[in-house]
This record gives sequence, C-alpha cells and structure tokens, in this order.
Amino acid sequence: MMFGDWLDIGPVTQIEAGTARTLPVQGGEEIAVFHTMRGEFFALVNACPHRKGPLSQGIVHGDVVTCPLHNWTISLRSGNALGSDEGCVPSIPLKVDAGRIYLKRSAVVAPRAGPAGTGARAA
Amino acid sequence: MNAPMSIKGRSSPARGRERLVVIGNGMAGCRAVEEILARAPDRYDITIFGAEPRVNYNRIMLSPVLAGEKRFEEIVINPQEWYDDNAITLVWGDRVDYIDREHKSVVARSGRVEPYDRLLIATGSDPFIIPVPGHDLDGVVTFRDLDDVDRMLAAAETGGDAVVIGGGLLGLEAAHGLSLRGMKVTVVHLMPTLMERQLDEAAGWLLRKELEGRGQTILTGANTKHIHGVDGRVVGIELEDGTRVKADIVVMAAGIRPATGLAKAAGLDVERGILVDDHMVTSDPAILAVGECVQHRGLCYGLVAPLWDMCRSLADFATDAPTGYSGSVTSTKLKVSGIDLFSAGDFSGGEGCEDIVLRDASRGIYKRIVLKDDRIVGTVLYGDTADGNWYFDLMRRQEDLSDIREGLIFGQAFASGGALADPSAAVAALSDDAEICGCNGVSKGTVVKCIEGGAHSLDAVRAGCKASASCGSCTGLVESLLSVTLGGDVESGPKAMCKCTSFTHGDVRRQIVEKGLREIPQVMQELHWSTPDGCASCRPALNYYLLCAWPGEYVDDQKSRFVNERMHANIQKDGTYSVVPRMWGGITNPRELRAIADVVEKYDAPMVKVTGGQRLDIFGIRKEDLPAVWADLNAAGMVSGHAYGKSLRTVKTCVGSEWCRFGTQDSTGLGVQIERMTWGSWMPHKFKIAVSGCPRNCAEATIKDFGVVCVDSGYELHVGGNGGIKVRATDLLCKVESEREALDHCAAFIQLYREEAYYLERTAPWIERVGLDHVKERLFSDPDTVAQLAARFRFSQTFMQDDPWARRAAGERSDLHSHIATVRPVAAEMEKA
Ligand code: SRM
Ligand SMILES: Cc1cc2nc3c(=O)[nH]c(=O)nc-3n(C[C@H](O)[C@H](O)[C@H](O)COP(=O)(O)OP(=O)(O)OC[C@H]3O[C@@H](n4cnc5c(N)ncnc54)[C@H](O)[C@@H]3O)c2cc1C
Ligand code: SF4
Ligand code: FES
Repeated sequence: MMFGDWLDIGPVTQIEAGTARTLPVQGGEEIAVFHTMRGEFFALVNACPHRKGPLSQGIVHGDVVTCPLHNWTISLRSGNALGSDEGCVPSIPLKVDAGRIYLKRSAVVAPRAGPAGTGARAA
Repeated sequence: MNAPMSIKGRSSPARGRERLVVIGNGMAGCRAVEEILARAPDRYDITIFGAEPRVNYNRIMLSPVLAGEKRFEEIVINPQEWYDDNAITLVWGDRVDYIDREHKSVVARSGRVEPYDRLLIATGSDPFIIPVPGHDLDGVVTFRDLDDVDRMLAAAETGGDAVVIGGGLLGLEAAHGLSLRGMKVTVVHLMPTLMERQLDEAAGWLLRKELEGRGQTILTGANTKHIHGVDGRVVGIELEDGTRVKADIVVMAAGIRPATGLAKAAGLDVERGILVDDHMVTSDPAILAVGECVQHRGLCYGLVAPLWDMCRSLADFATDAPTGYSGSVTSTKLKVSGIDLFSAGDFSGGEGCEDIVLRDASRGIYKRIVLKDDRIVGTVLYGDTADGNWYFDLMRRQEDLSDIREGLIFGQAFASGGALADPSAAVAALSDDAEICGCNGVSKGTVVKCIEGGAHSLDAVRAGCKASASCGSCTGLVESLLSVTLGGDVESGPKAMCKCTSFTHGDVRRQIVEKGLREIPQVMQELHWSTPDGCASCRPALNYYLLCAWPGEYVDDQKSRFVNERMHANIQKDGTYSVVPRMWGGITNPRELRAIADVVEKYDAPMVKVTGGQRLDIFGIRKEDLPAVWADLNAAGMVSGHAYGKSLRTVKTCVGSEWCRFGTQDSTGLGVQIERMTWGSWMPHKFKIAVSGCPRNCAEATIKDFGVVCVDSGYELHVGGNGGIKVRATDLLCKVESEREALDHCAAFIQLYREEAYYLERTAPWIERVGLDHVKERLFSDPDTVAQLAARFRFSQTFMQDDPWARRAAGERSDLHSHIATVRPVAAEMEKA
C-alpha cells in the first residue's frame, strides 16, 4: 500500500461530519479534507482562490464551503468559486474504502503551477 | 422438496444440445435461465449449482421473513417442479470450488465435475465482515441468506439485546425485524446519517427520529473497535470512543463485496467485480457472468432491478439475437412497515444543480428533487412516496421539465396536464372552496377576499385570515394567489432569513419557542427549510437562537459557528490567529504582563498590541499552538477575552473616584463587577460595555451597547450606542441609585436583547428597528420584569461561564488544532500527527 496509487490518510471517523481537517504537504500546498453533513468526503488545496483563506476553517453546508475570510462559497466537488465570484482551487481525487480515506497520490505530491508553499501559513 | 442430488461423475448431454452450467442458484442465475428458456427452450442442457441447500427464492423478501410478515414457502420463486419440468439439473448444497477453463469444466466441493460449453457465473455477493477483533465469535452473523435469518430467529427466541453494525438498507431491515421479534436493538453506524448513500441529512434525521420513536437506539458516527465475547460467544461490542453496548447477537450489515473468488482464480479479468461487456460476456468468450458479482461499465450493482435488464441482454446473446445492456438507473425503497422512503439517482447536488424541497411538518413529509438543466438527476422522498415512480420515470427518460418545474414537487396530479402546468394557472383554476391552508382551514375564497380587502402582502394575509400563519407550507400557494389576484402589486414583506426559508428571523425565533424546537435539523424540518442542511448564514443564527432559548439544555453545534468562535481566537489574513486574554475592567498586574510577555517570546508572536478595548492582543499564533498558549495564560490566571465572539467583549472603564479628582463613583470597580457578571455570554452580535466615572465620559460609555455614566446621585444607564461603521450615540434608558440596580438593569437589558434581536443585529440597529419606547415598555411596564429578565440572564450564565480556553488547553477538541498527518514529498510517506 505504501507506494500504491492511493495514499491512506486514516479512518473516516477522524473528521467530524460538517467539518474539515488539514494535511500539510512538505514542499507543497496544504490540503483540506472535508466531511460533509451527508457523509461525503472531498479534498481541496487549503487556499481560497480569492486571497488564499484557509478553506478548512469555513462553514461546510451542502457540498460547498464558505471561506472564513470573506465569505466566498467554493464547491467542494470542483473547487470552483460559486455565484458571482470567479476562481478555482485544485481538488484532489479522493476515495473512501472500508472506512478509510485515500487521496490520489500523484495529485498530492505533484508540484502544482505557481510557487509552492504559498498557502495559508497555518490553517 | 426433494433430497440433494449428489450424482458423482459426468452426466451426458442430450444429443445436439450445448451444455450450460450455472454457478449460483440465486436471483440472477435463475432469472437468466428463465429468460433463456423463454427464447429457446431446447437449446441448452442446463445444470445449476447452488451452495445453499434449497431451491431458488426471492432474497429481498428475507426481510419480511425475519420480521414475521412472510413465511419461507411464500418467497420461493421456482419450486423443484420448475427444475424438473424444464429438465434442469439442480445441484444444491454443493459449492463450485474450481473452474477448469482448459478442459471447460467446473469442479464442485463434493468432487463432482461438470463439463460445459458455456458457463454462467452468478455467485452474487458476500457480506463484508469488518475485521475487528471478535468478528468470528459465535453469535456474530451476517444477513444474506435463509440460514442467516434462521440464526437471527433462534437468537431472538430468548429476547435480549441485538446490535446491528451498519445503518444502511440491509442493517435497518435487520434491526426492524429483530425489534419486531422482541429484541432490544441498537444500530451502530459509521456515518453521521442513516442510509447516507440513499438519503440526505434531512431525510436521514426523520428516519432516525421515527426509529428511535419505535424504541431502537441509533448510534451514528460510531466505529466498532472490538466485539467482546465470553467462552467464544458474543456478549457485546465496544466503540472507538469507549462506549460499550451489550449484545446477545451482532448482525454485520456493513456492506457487500461481489463474490469474485472463483473468477479471479480462473484468471478472468476482475476489478471490483467480474468484468463483463454489454452482453455479459467475461474476458473468456465461453464464460458469461451476471448479477451482483459483475462489474459493467465500471459499476457494480446491489439491487435486483439491474439484474433483470442484465438477464434479458444475456439471454438475447446466448440465443444469438444480441441486443446489449447499457447500464441501469436504480431506485431504493426501505422495506420497513410504516416507513415510506424512496430514493433514486444522485441527489448530492453539485454544480449547476438546483434543489426543490418541500417539507410538511404536520405530516412528517420531506421531498427533495434535484434538477440539472431542467432534468431530474435525483430524488429523495420521505413520508409520502406516492410520486416516487413518476419522478423515477421522468429521471430515467431525462425529460425536459422546464414547463412543469414550478409544480413538480407537488406531484403528478398537480404538475401534469396542460393548463395546470403553470402554478399561477393551477391556483387560479382551483375552486373557491378549495383548502389552501390546512392548519387553519382557510379556503381559497377566504384568502382571495382577504387580499381584495386590502391585504397586499404575505404578512397582511397571515394577519388577516391566518392562511400560511402556522406551519407555512402553503406560503407558495398564498404567494401565487397574491400575484394572481393583484397582478404585479404585491408588496414584499420583511426579508426572509436567508435563501433557505421564507420565514423572517422574527418568525423563526418565535416558532422555536412556541413549538419547542430543540435541534437544528428539527427547526429545518418543522419550518420547511428549502435546503437539506442550511447555509453559512442560517446555521449560525439557528445555533444562537436555540442556545438562547434552551440554556443548559441545547448542545452547542460547533460546526455551525464561524471560525473565530470555533477556534476561540481571531483569524488573520494569513490564517494565523490573534489571542486576547481578558483583563477585567482594563486592569492588569505584573504577573499577567509577564505571562503575556513570555507567550510572545515563546511562540515567536510577531506583534503584541494594546487594543481599543483596553487589553493586549497577541498576533500571529498558529492553530496548533493555540492550546499551549492558552494553557500558559490560564496558568497566570487569565481567561478568554472573547475578542472573537458574538458575545460580551470588553467592559471599558475609566479611573473613577478612587484616583480621579472628578470621579463621582467607583467606575473601575463597577466595571469589573459588570464584566464578571456578563463574560462568556453569547449574543446576537458583539456587545460592548463601558463605565465612566463622571459625565466627562473618558470610557466613551455613550457609544457602547450598554454604557454607565456615574453622577453624584447615582448611575445613568445608556443603551444602543455604536462606534464602528455608523456611529450612534446611546439613548438614556433610566437612572438608578445603587450599583446593585445598575447590575440588574444591565443583566435585564442584555437578556431582552438576547431574546428579541435578530442574529447579527447589534443593539443600535435593533433599537432603531423596534424603537426605544418598545424597549422601555418591555422593561418597565411591569415592576417585576427587570428582575425576571435578570434572573433568566443569570440562569443562562451558570452554563456559559466556563473558560473555553481552559477546556481546549486540557485537550478538548484537539482535532481542531491538529493536522490529520503530514505528507513528505517524493517518497510521500505518512507521518501520524
Ligand atoms: C483589536 C481591535 C483593534 C485594536 O487594535 O484596537 C479590533 C480589531 C478588530 N475589529 Fe474592532 N477592534 C477593536 C475595537 C473596536 C472598537 C473600539 C471599542 O470597542 O471601544 C470599535 C468601535 C466601537 C463599536 O464596536 O461600536 C470597533 C469596531 C469594529 C467593527 C464595526 C462594528 C459596527 O457595529 O459597526 C467591526 C466589524 C464587525 O464587527 O462586523 C470590527 C471588527 C474587528 C475585527 C474583529 C475584524 C475581523 O472581523 O477580523 C478586528 C480583529 C483583529 C484581530 O484579529 O484581533 N470592529 N472595534 C480592538 C479590540 C478591542 C478588544 O480589546 O476586544
Ligand atoms: C435481506 C436482503 C434484502 C434485500 N432487499 C432488497 C430490496 O429491497 N431491493 C432490491 O433491489 N434488492 C434487495 N436486496 C439485494 C438483492 O437480493 C440482490 O441484489 C440479489 O439477490 C442479487 O442476485 P444475485 O443472483 O446476483 O445474487 P444472489 O441472489 O445472492 O445469488 C447468488 C447465489 O450464488 C450462490 N453461490 C455463490 N458462490 C457459489 C459457488 N461457488 N457455488 C455455488 N453457488 C454459489 C449463493 O449461495 C447464492 O445463493 C436485498 C438483499 C438482502 C440480503
Ligand atoms: S479598523 Fe478595520 S483594519 Fe483596523 S482592526 Fe478594525 S477591522 Fe481591522
Ligand atoms: S480569501 Fe476566501 S473569500 Fe477572501
């Protein structure tokens, strides 16, 4: 499993429904893993497309999160800003299997466009 | 039923017939055979292997058998005569262990070898057993076949406790059956919502309440850690959080896995299921597969409807008239008597999706349709599933519904049919005595008369004839009547709380108290929220209203709070936090100052600043360090300053009579007393207080929410001041003579504000809206009111005045302050945080 396609990041129970938790990536951008009230899981880079607000700290409702800094709403499915705002944050493919959460390894460690580590300093 | 056949050796095929061997005497295997026989009765010489020691039966009816609503004989699909009449050899109670593709034969456990020209694998699924310690104890059962049902019934005979692991369809049907059989049932579910794959949170909540009402215990977000046994027999389970539940039987209903072992061993292509093409042919052209064991176009199914379609296509192919199967859209119903529940398609929403939600609290109904491009992509119905099949059909046909979308949620009878398609037209077409408002029994004629009599807004109609004044579910109809009757002259009423509801903040507050609503999902259901779980603006408001209405009883919902109140610190633009410890009345001492200085150095805080609220603000603290910072500050006797909260902020004071040559009273001392009384309280918005020692007013008391200006003869109490965006000087509320009275009036005023203002409305706009006279009237018209309000405030404070920092410093909610893990680059190894 260690070097498979999917990275095991632990049991689903570690993230309370309706909240998110963070996963820093050394040399990369921090990831926010969301658990919606409906029990779905999503992963996005933890930086709002507006001014890099830590999305992990927003209020999760339906399948969107409201950014804690200036209230943009971001789709957890696509990372797109909704409504009249424009922008997009990368989303990381995620799957749940037998009560554990897995992230697509290549999407986690692949360097993304733009300077690394520009995410919120400590979300 | 006849004896098992155990003829060893090869059976010789009838002349000229191809030999078809079927592995699996279940729903798909037998159906496939039926379909083939219907097309070409003489083509194959058929042998069916079944691991179960019985004829083919309707597996989905095992639930009613468990519940005592049906007997096994009633759920048999094909009795032995059917096999005999069609010259099918049924080998029951014998499991196929091996497929020999080279010699085109199968080998069964009994040793029997059966050659085939065509092989059909229909092995179904295996229940998934969570591999926790104790899963192999006696008394841990699955729910898949009749033997499982017999095991459960045997356990139920002596009563006792049952634990069902898994709150999906299967688990709940097992729980229902066992509970009807007299067992005390606990359902343990990993996810927060029951049947989360079929239901959204709102419907899941209704289902949960119903089941709890029937005596079941439902534990969600619960992970089983251990199954305990004594002498090899189960006695109970233990959850990850340490909870223990007694159990005489444990039913594992945590999911199913396609049974692919045989196929995999034979070298067929297998992923989650056995890979098949549109004709149900596996990677070996001589081998077909069908049912739950297959994976078609990336999907594995766990319901019977897709099997019927697969079997048709399989039979067409096997009789040389291939058509092809292109996948199925499925729907689910729960077979628990008295609970109507229907779910189909994808209702998780998403971009471009629109929700239409209808809730009828009095009848316990929740309906939700998800549309994309005016086509149904998913639906959840609870309480009234009469239109389920209609929606399902519209969804399967991907019908464009733009013409009837307004009336869609009211069902087929309402929405379909020419003139009635437009809701206004539909309303116009109603007869005068048609009932509009069920709660108050108001007919259409009455509403129209009321509108024609001058009620030109929703509120006016509510006041005039009571229509839509109770549960509100007819609000849409009344609005339609307004526009039909008045054309464009409808006056818009006060603004709804948010896009999730048509009720105003005032309506919601009133109904929470009147109806005794005690949980957020309950408010949403009873008040017909149009979204499944609200939004970022109503959730914090509801959380506050409930907290205010039910002190000591309501459990604060952290996930409905803004980040600052969840983290008990102010978020900064770089994602770090600022920390402001309380300094009572603006007074400090060397010990506190030293502790603050130490924190600044120890955690490398880039800045410390004197605030406009007379205390010190430490900037740039990382969320991981917050608990440690608080622990250090707590150790020096300081508590949270709530600089982040919709709550009491600071009490600013001036020097007062103790030192100042103009001071008339002890403003500093009174300020400290007020702060000790009010700290920790949650408010509709932030609340600031100041106490000045004389009318020179150095503490700026006349721009505070509550300000005290001391004078020789006592204390002038001022309310409704605001610095900030729109400056408003206070209004004088009254004058009192003693500190005790000043404290009581402060508590009473705060409580009135807490109970009456809308969420995010500070005292200044609140007083502008309701008028100072209203505030005075509410406080002073009855001589007891001040004392009563103050008592309510003090009661609520008994629950609120514990330092949130201390709890966090002691380790509470450490998940909020820690990462899940850290990922290192390249090797990308995980390091548990
Ligand atoms: C720290 C402080 C500025 C300072 O360094 O002095 C401050 C800082 C902030 N103020 Fe303030 N206000 C501070 C005193 C004030 C005062 C002066 C006072 O209280 O005497 C006012 C005007 C008086 C009033 O509120 O009526 C003030 C009026 C505001 C407003 C406008 C409120 C309004 O009703 O118009 C906001 C915006 C809001 O709350 O929505 C605001 C919001 C903020 C926020 C919370 C902005 C935000 O949402 O992130 C700032 C947080 C910075 C941080 O991370 O700590 N701050 N703010 C003061 C903290 C006082 C304390 O010890 O708790
Ligand atoms: C309690 C219960 C309630 C359900 N309720 C519903 C419902 O309400 N609606 C719905 O749509 N679906 C429901 N289902 C699901 C439905 O029953 C299945 O989708 C359906 O039975 C699958 O058919 P199948 O032929 O693929 O598998 P099965 O019906 O399981 O048949 C497979 C058969 O193959 C046999 N077998 C396996 N391996 C071998 C081997 N090596 N040799 C010989 N025999 C073998 C098994 O013993 C079994 O008898 C329910 C299921 C259960 C258990
Ligand atoms: S005045 Fe504006 S910038 Fe300054 S602290 Fe207050 S909110 Fe922030
Ligand atoms: S940073 Fe997210 S809304 Fe501004």
